[in-house]
Amino acid sequence: MPRFEPRPEIDRVVLYTTPLLAVALTVVAGFFIFLAIGKDPLLTLYHFFISPVRDLYGLSELGVKAAPLILIATGLALGFRANVWNIGAEGQLTMGAIAGGGIALLFWNQEGFWILPLMCLAGIAGGMAYAAIPAFLKTRFGVNEILVSLMLTYVATLFLSVLVYGPWKDPQGFNFPQTRMFSASAQLPIILEYTRLHIGALVALAVAVAAWVIMSHTLIGLQIRTVGQAPRAAAFAGFDRNRTIWACLLASGGLAGLAGLFEVAGPIGQLIPILTPGYGFTAIIVAFLGRLHPIGIIFAGLLMALSYIGGENAQVEVGLPQAVTGVFQGLLLFFLLATDFLTRYRLRRPAAGTSRADARA
Amino acid sequence: MNEDSPARLALEGITKRFPGVVANDDVSFKVPGGRIHALLGENGAGKSTLVKIIYGVQQADEGTIRWQGDPVHIADPKAARALGIGMVFQHFSLFEAMTVLENIALGIDHVADRKSLTTRIVEVSRAYGLPLDPEREVHTLSVGERQRIEIVRCLLQQPRLLIMDEPTSVLTPQEVERLFETLRQLAAEGCSILYISHKLDEIKALCTSATIMRGGRVVGTCDPAVETAQSMAQQMIGAALARPQRRAAARGSDHEGRARLSIEGLNLAAAGPFGTTLHDLSLDVRSGEIVGIAGVAGNGQSELFEAISGERLLERADTLRLDGTAAGRSGPGRRRDLGLCTVPEERNGHAAVPDMSLTENAYLSARQRRHLARGLVLRKSAARGFARSVIERFDVRTTGPAAAARSLSGGNLQKYVVGREVLQDPGILVVAQPTWGVDAGAAAAIHQALLDLAAAGGAVLVISQDLDELLVLTDRLAVIDRGRLSPPMPTADASLEEIGLLMGGLHGMAAHDPHADVGSAAHA
Repeated sequence: MPRFEPRPEIDRVVLYTTPLLAVALTVVAGFFIFLAIGKDPLLTLYHFFISPVRDLYGLSELGVKAAPLILIATGLALGFRANVWNIGAEGQLTMGAIAGGGIALLFWNQEGFWILPLMCLAGIAGGMAYAAIPAFLKTRFGVNEILVSLMLTYVATLFLSVLVYGPWKDPQGFNFPQTRMFSASAQLPIILEYTRLHIGALVALAVAVAAWVIMSHTLIGLQIRTVGQAPRAAAFAGFDRNRTIWACLLASGGLAGLAGLFEVAGPIGQLIPILTPGYGFTAIIVAFLGRLHPIGIIFAGLLMALSYIGGENAQVEVGLPQAVTGVFQGLLLFFLLATDFLTRYRLRRPAAGTSRADARA
Repeated sequence: MNEDSPARLALEGITKRFPGVVANDDVSFKVPGGRIHALLGENGAGKSTLVKIIYGVQQADEGTIRWQGDPVHIADPKAARALGIGMVFQHFSLFEAMTVLENIALGIDHVADRKSLTTRIVEVSRAYGLPLDPEREVHTLSVGERQRIEIVRCLLQQPRLLIMDEPTSVLTPQEVERLFETLRQLAAEGCSILYISHKLDEIKALCTSATIMRGGRVVGTCDPAVETAQSMAQQMIGAALARPQRRAAARGSDHEGRARLSIEGLNLAAAGPFGTTLHDLSLDVRSGEIVGIAGVAGNGQSELFEAISGERLLERADTLRLDGTAAGRSGPGRRRDLGLCTVPEERNGHAAVPDMSLTENAYLSARQRRHLARGLVLRKSAARGFARSVIERFDVRTTGPAAAARSLSGGNLQKYVVGREVLQDPGILVVAQPTWGVDAGAAAAIHQALLDLAAAGGAVLVISQDLDELLVLTDRLAVIDRGRLSPPMPTADASLEEIGLLMGGLHGMAAHDPHADVGSAAHA
């Protein structure tokens, strides 16, 4: 019987092809799911993966959805490399949106080139401050950051609800739970006419490239990887573990906060109770699908963005349930983790001529 | 025990392959009943793999194991124990927070009730001179006492073959002698013993036959009583061994050299519940000398290492001085700037990151002294060049600087991490277990590098459990025992017995009262 055995070294080709294999398996599994729920599988796959991006507008929407995912996943990947598991990007995103959006509302109906940069800074600061809570608790008391950051997410979304149902509610909004629309000075510039593609997409690309340079060419990247892979070696090298934890949580929190601000200052244009379809959580999948590598994350972010758009499109075109988007994302993560096994193990057929020792078994 | 009766254990053509390496290649030998048989070989010769196959931990790819003449398939350790094979591993598998009794109960296949098990433990430990208190918690015991638990656990199953894997590497000389008496007694009762070691003197003293392995193959069998240590070493290594050369001239002139590393009144609390607290340690290491710290593992060596390296900071800066500069409150980076380089005991995960390349591992400790970074930016070609020079100078067998640290064998990685520090021209070098798991040739090269460093005016501190190594290498020797350091003595004047007593002698050997103060018992 063929057996799996550990690979002596991790093969780079395998490492980077398993995500593609996972995507292929997801498509195959999707084919059978569509078949099972009585849809034409090929047509549905077409509406899921191809027709949404057949025109420029579709492609621009891809950028709109991918930008926050890439931004957040890049930050999370820094932490994941250091074994710092920030699962609460959704909460930090929300706090960033609140802080930045608060600036927009504070200077509502005013003009000024400085408003938008100030909002960005406030967005980053809001996300960082919220990520500082798990950082402090972990470095000071050894509290697990996964639990703290995850649970704080719900606090953040409830806090947002308090604001938009209460003090920040638009006075002219017919009692809808939403704030005023931001004024023009508080909205992100559009980079492609007649689309919603905003400058945040460029920022996301730049951040990913910058993260790549930091990870591969600086002591900071080496420090993050050392702390993650071998904490004792990091101590030996003189890399401060607590400082690394702080840096990773602040960076990922800040980027999530910026992504949140981009959402409210871009496509949404105001604060509403539910800001995203779970970008903060999807970004975790994006980070792993991209192998925690910033460039891989760009591609993974585009793919996950496609799953959102494709899900909506298939809903309209062939009446697919909305839950299928979540199923697809789940399947993708599932297959990714499954194929990950292949990066550490390889399939080995027993040598021809069964050995004597085995023959007796 | 005549030659006609089948051997207790016979191996025929055992072969075991791992990815990229043949660990055992057509290995055959026999162990008759009641014989103490040595399995002799360098680290990496395939001894450990072979005994794991005999004990059912691993399965051979080819070959036959015969037990009392009959071919057997040993699927797992339970099957091995059912046949009557017991094994004492080099690394113990004990739960620190549980009692001796609980640990033994967990490790045997047919657990009797608590009371009768206690009685049997006491009986067996009396009969074989292995005093144990069943109610003691394991973390309070010395390494020698822990080994006794493992041995008693085996003996409770009345083994017909007892496998001992490097049993003496963690014992004091007195404890070694006591262990040998136990083993001889067992053999006299008809139990065969397969004794694995690379210590030739021990094998001469204990064993009546030996199989010598090299590179996974059997290269010879001999009677250790008639061989010399030298002749066995040659078969084991396959070549005559170069002895490290001392450079007497250089050290003679600088014998009263200035203290480069100086520790005064070092107290350090244990890091965890099973750590060791350091009490009032003081030590000077002078320019041109090699000072050794002997001791049984777990007596504060790792705490002392971390206190010196800067991985743990001290309460007062002036407790530790590097070339006169108070550095007790400085981290590892600042201490490197002051001329201190260190080699931790554990290669994987402490001295090196297994999944990183050798080049990346160079940054860990050499980035400052070898200028491998400009500000925060890595100087990759400089790091690659430095890694390459370590590989060349220390004869590290690898595919090159891009190889992952994990892809190197233990000995080769050890050469790399020692070389990485030595080639930084440190004023002060602190090495823990410099030749752990390294073959004899490489060990000699590492020893030579340390001697050269001292001869050039460096101060070298070697923390090792290998007494032979310390006796060859050091000028002065101190012993650490339960967090306290003995005053250093000139190595030339030190006797094995004296060192052994300082190491704790027969830890816990006050046979009749296990609660007696072990320290005073050892000196009594």
